[in-house]
This record gives sequence, structure tokens and C-alpha cells, in this order.
Amino acid sequence: MWQLLQIELYKIFRRPRTYIAFGATAVLITLLQFGLKVDGQEYADFMLQSLGNFDVQGKLLNGYMVCYLVLQLMLVHVPLLVTLISADMLSGEANIGTLRLALSKPYSRASVVLAKFFATCVYTLLLLIWVAVLALFVSMLVFGTNDLFLMKSEYIVLIKENDVFWRYCCAFGFAFVSLVTVASIGFFLSAFAENSIGPIVTTMSIIILFTVLGTLNIPMFDAINPYLFTSHMVIWKEFFDEKVTANNEAIAGTIQDLPAIFHSLLVLLAYIVVMIGATIFVMNKKDILS
Amino acid sequence: MKYKLKLFIILFTVHCSLFTHAQDVTALINKAKEKLDRVNDYIAAGVLTIDVAFIKAPTSKVTVYYKKPDHFKMVNNGGISILPKGGISINMGALINTDNFTALDAGEAVVNNIKTKVVKLLPNDQNSNVVLSTLYIDESNFLIYKAVTTTLENGTYELDMTYGKYADYGLPDKVNFSFNAKDYKLPKGLTLDFDENTKSPATDSLKEKKGKVEINYSSYTINKGVDDAVFKTN
Repeated sequence: MWQLLQIELYKIFRRPRTYIAFGATAVLITLLQFGLKVDGQEYADFMLQSLGNFDVQGKLLNGYMVCYLVLQLMLVHVPLLVTLISADMLSGEANIGTLRLALSKPYSRASVVLAKFFATCVYTLLLLIWVAVLALFVSMLVFGTNDLFLMKSEYIVLIKENDVFWRYCCAFGFAFVSLVTVASIGFFLSAFAENSIGPIVTTMSIIILFTVLGTLNIPMFDAINPYLFTSHMVIWKEFFDEKVTANNEAIAGTIQDLPAIFHSLLVLLAYIVVMIGATIFVMNKKDILS
Repeated sequence: MKYKLKLFIILFTVHCSLFTHAQDVTALINKAKEKLDRVNDYIAAGVLTIDVAFIKAPTSKVTVYYKKPDHFKMVNNGGISILPKGGISINMGALINTDNFTALDAGEAVVNNIKTKVVKLLPNDQNSNVVLSTLYIDESNFLIYKAVTTTLENGTYELDMTYGKYADYGLPDKVNFSFNAKDYKLPKGLTLDFDENTKSPATDSLKEKKGKVEINYSSYTINKGVDDAVFKTN
């Protein structure tokens, strides 16, 4: 398996297309950071207007806040970039005619499929680490650190500086599972195609459709929302919400709705298992002609 | 003639009585002010607790700077702090300046098991932000235990004070500041908070509560000088 994984990783990282995602995220995050460095105070002041009769003192626009803003924007788009690789893993080889050759090796089809999937996971992990380095560590370096002040639509959360970093570690861990879910869907769709364009576009369309359905506050869609993987991908934000005492005092080191995180994690893991299981099933049954 | 004389005597007595009461409360306020006037500046260390329905904030260590006549600044030690505008920085000394207010005796009341004199202060200046202040003053040691102030811009707020080792200077060990907190809501487009499950379970149960800020002072450094630059920095 290790040998197969090495081969698949070699295939992924020798393709120029692999580095599009790294380049795109770097450009996007750098632009956001530059914009916030130049005009961030105006953005913060604009947000604070809604606080009415409250004053906020201290370094609001710090590395932790910038990272949160970047992640809110990025984690909608990074899945699309993951699709570029995951939806190409099987269909890409079918397209260039090497899939039959790959499956003729003395390994089971399941092993080959799993090796390709694990290679996709490694790529996803590296992309996420890249995003974490740029969004979190570079922001901490450029903007410094302080307490994390989050203005949600219904309430405000203030998290102490020494209580923030572990939340980001957990959030990135959760984001990894979310991205692997997207990768598994792309991977599954690529098992049916002889050309990678189809599964890439289909996976992207599914992400966009599910995101729109989850965002619309229309009652008839409420029933299906819990089953959409995109509804569970945004739960990483729960790591940045604290429990409160009876006097509404935030309790450091707590998470407001930990069961919701575990529930979403289970749903996403179920998606992954079903998708990969289905891919192995399809590939085992498939008559490979190319 | 006899009737007119009776009426005059009654009116004169009422007038004298009111005037004497006004004089009494003004003297009481002046005594309280004298006590506060002993403090030219101070730096105080304390712990701040915010209890507002839509704010989830932990307790934080704060440093409070004060300098006569009305410089006041609270700094969260290294962190971010959320404070109600205006109210918390009201300085008692400025509030009980009888040159700018007319004092009226409003009877007596018990605050925290302490018998206090109730004094209503009406501003003489028509442009004053303060509409009415009600002070609850302990006549035995000239300490203000409670103040209810109605302002034009920031609504009504209430200060409850507990005194301890700095009572000689009229400085409280604990201040409870309560106010009417307006509702807070931001469009999801601004917060990028599109997921539906954003409502805190705590916000519903606390929706009807008034906003509260509590400061527990652990120490004061009095009349040792405070740099003006402290009040200028953000």
C-alpha cells in the first residue's frame, strides 16, 4: 500500500495543475491581508457602529481576527480547489488510457482505489496546512495577536488570547474532515467518467447547489438541510463559541455546542465511508476498457 | 386681614421648610464632595465582569486611571474590553458639583441595609446631557451608595457601590453598573455568518435582563500622579 501511495503522490505532485490551488490560495489570502492591513480599521469601525451604546477598546484587528475573516471566505472556495485533484484521480487516468495498466499491477482494485484516495487526502492536508500557515501564522506575524472579538449576527463573542490557538487547531482539524468529504464525492464521481471535466464540474455544482440550499432560509428546504454535507462543513465556527455562566460570563476553554460538532463530524465521516465504499464497489464491478 | 396673615404664615413656613431642606442636602452633598475632592488622581486595579444578553465575554483584569476634573480611562490589561459608552466613566465628583445642579431632598431610603438620604439633582444647564440624578447618601460618613442617572444620549443607568478600605477617600471597592442594553443584530451579509444555527441558547433566557457591568477593585494608588498621555491613547 505504501508503495502505491508513493506512486500516486508522485503522480499528483508532478502535475502542474496541483499547484494551481496553492497559488490561488496564496494570492487570495495575501490580497485579503493586504486589504485589511491598509483599510482594516475602517472595516472594524463600520462593524462596531452596530454596537450602539458600547465602546470597544483594544487591538481589535489582530492576527486571530484576520484569520477568522479569511477562513470564513476561504473555506467556501477551498473545496472547489480540492475538487480539481480528487475528481481527476480515476477519470484522469481513464482519459489518458493508463487506468487499465494501473489496475493490472499485482494489487487488488480496492488497494489501488484506496491508495489514490489516501494520496488525495495527503494533497488536501498539505493544502490545508498551506492555508493555515498563510491565514493564521502570517496573520499573527503581520497583525500581532490579542483577544478574539467576533461579531456574529445575533451576539458577540470575546475569547481571551490564550484561549484561541487551540480552537484554530481544532477548526483546521475539522476543516480537514470537511475537505476530505468533498474529495470523496469528487473521487466517487470520477469512477464513472472517462474524462475529468465531467466529475470536476459535477462536484463543483453539487457544492454550489447544496451551499445555496443551506443558505436559503426557506422552510421547505429545512427538512433536507441536515442531510447536506455543506450544512455540516460550516460547523467549524462552533469552536469559536463559548459556554456562559448564569451571569452571562464566558467560560474559558469551553465550546458552546460540542455535541453539534460531534454530530457533524459523524455525518461527514459517514459521507466519506459511503462514498469511498461505493467507489470501491463500482470499480470492482467496472469493466475497465481504457 | 386675619385670613391673609394666616396664609402668609403658612406659606412662609412651607418656604422656610423647603429652603432649610435644600440647604441640608446641599450641605450633605458638599460634605460628600469634600471627601471625593481629596482624590486628585488614582490608578486602580480591578476585575471587570460584563453581563449583557448579547455579549459573551470572560472576566478580565482592568486598570482604571482617573485624574481631576473628569479624566477617566479603563484599560483591559493587554486585551480587548467592551464597555457601555459614557456611563461607566461618570465621575461622582463631577456629578455632585452643586454649582451646576439644584439639589432637592427626596426623603430617605435603605440601600444594602444602610439608611441613606435620597437627593435629587436637577441640572441648571439646559444643554446638560444629564437630565436627572438621584443619589443615595449615607449621612454618617458622607458616602454615596447608589446613583441613578438619566441622560439624553445613553438612557438611564444605575450605580451601586460597596465601600471598604478606601472609604475615607470615597472610593468604592465594588461598583455595580446597570443600564438598559439595546438589542443587537447584524446582517448575516456583514458577519458572513450564513449558517442558520447562530443563536446562542443563553441569549433567550437573558433577553429581559438589564445590562450589568461589575468592577471589583483590589487596590488604589491615590494621589501619586497620572500621566495625561494615558487618557489620549486608544
